[in-house]
Amino acid sequence: MKVLVAVKRAIDPNVKVRVKADGSDVELNGVKMALNPFCEIAVEEAIRLKEKGLASEVVVVTVGSSAAQEQLRTALALGADRALLVETNALLEPLNVAKYLSKVIDQEQPQLILFGKQAIDQENNQVGQMVAQLIGSGQATYASAVNQVDGQWVVEREVDGGSQVVALAMPAVVTCDLRLNQPRYASLPNIMKAKKKSLEIIAADTLGASVKEHARLLSVIPPAVRKAGINVGSVAELVDKLKNVAGVI
Amino acid sequence: MTILVIAEHDNKALAPATLNTVAAAAKIGGDVHVLVAGQGASAVAEAAAKIAGVTKVLSADNAAYAHQLPENVAPLVAELGKGYSHILAAATSNGKNILPRVAAALDVDQISEIISVESADTFKRPIYAGNAIATVQSTAAIKVITVRATGFDPVAAEGGSAAVEAVGAAHDAGISSFVNEELAKSDRPELTAAKIVVSGGRGMQNGDNFKHLYALADKLGAAVGASRAAVDAGFVPNDMQVGQTGKIVAPQLYIAVGISGAIQHLAGMKDSKVIVAINKDEEAPIFQVADYGLVADLFEAIPELEKLV
Repeated sequence: MKVLVAVKRAIDPNVKVRVKADGSDVELNGVKMALNPFCEIAVEEAIRLKEKGLASEVVVVTVGSSAAQEQLRTALALGADRALLVETNALLEPLNVAKYLSKVIDQEQPQLILFGKQAIDQENNQVGQMVAQLIGSGQATYASAVNQVDGQWVVEREVDGGSQVVALAMPAVVTCDLRLNQPRYASLPNIMKAKKKSLEIIAADTLGASVKEHARLLSVIPPAVRKAGINVGSVAELVDKLKNVAGVI
Repeated sequence: MTILVIAEHDNKALAPATLNTVAAAAKIGGDVHVLVAGQGASAVAEAAAKIAGVTKVLSADNAAYAHQLPENVAPLVAELGKGYSHILAAATSNGKNILPRVAAALDVDQISEIISVESADTFKRPIYAGNAIATVQSTAAIKVITVRATGFDPVAAEGGSAAVEAVGAAHDAGISSFVNEELAKSDRPELTAAKIVVSGGRGMQNGDNFKHLYALADKLGAAVGASRAAVDAGFVPNDMQVGQTGKIVAPQLYIAVGISGAIQHLAGMKDSKVIVAINKDEEAPIFQVADYGLVADLFEAIPELEKLV
């Protein structure tokens, strides 16, 4: 059975972002980019399903600019079999991305579609759920364990009060949380091999998705800066400050 | 304008985050209706009817909605939502699970985790782990929005007298089912609603040492949180994690113990009113956001702190 993994090129999680001086967006020129960390977890899970014999092929897909080929190659080096780039330079609004992906899913017919739970740049946490709605399948967000039982996907999810287990008919959408697995590193031989794997580029407008603008970004500002704090010398002094200066205890 | 707020609940009690979501709805302006989708949730509907400013409660009580499966709840919300200008839910694991499906069904984008309402179509939301604040204007016909509870002071839980109206046939998509759940039991206040939060990180060294934090928390009436490092190391369960990928808190007092202060952790707590850092590494980034820093061994400082408060 085929597993499709949707990934995103996003800012490297260790980069401290800066807001542009004109307040139009954050500065992304010359900034290190990477595979979104939650997408790495999704790719890892797909590869483990293949290693367990539960998946026959792992296809990785992204929607974005030509530069996103770099992240697809990373996924191929980790063990994905082939890659698809839905190429567009348009702003990546979640519903539009979901529509492109659902067209790809129609063509590929996977039994499991894996996502990261959110991208660390826009932090929308929407695309997986939207794809599930568009293709009419069940979803399990924030997955911490994925198993197959009696022709269903049985997924443990991280929820606010603890954990929950749901069973989903196939095909299903699963979005991956931090604790699902520990992604592997790509070895040098695998990075070399990944260069020979298939990476197909699909022009977004050939997919026939009805995309449109949903929102306008008016401005981006840095968050309010906290005023500098003080260091106290002892626990007694700390308690005194909290009681008598801050008044919080 | 009429706004539909999706109630957050467990079929027994209304979750406090609903009050913050109604507060966001009140800022947008217009009539506020609350939808309670669940099973045997009449007490929740009655509680929702008492929320100040709510003019109507829609009660969809059916076995299909018992566990808030998004495949079943989203079609209900989308169907009812067509008559509204805005659909709001708290940015809880439930809200974030259901609402994007609703948005896709209505062919609109969702605006995620707003922290302020600028006007009926313009909202502020944090991006990049809270390192930038975006102002976005929605051009969608129906605005589908999740609300970050810490951005809005809750409205009063009492004072309203809305009518409760039963609605909706059951939507049972039949493609998903609930198997079981394990919820952590705690007598302490809920993390996201607590006035004081005491959090431990890798510096706690093991799960057993969290007893020092529990003792301090109980003295203060505080909730106990943790950094990702403490959760990943297995010291505490993951629903205690504060940060970009865990819970977002903004208490009156946040005490970070043995937490270095990575960007991802700060994203979950830097809107706290007063931040205290207790760490033996004076170079730890947490001291840059702390109002009061104490460079000390936590195993000496915490028991002493517990005695003095």
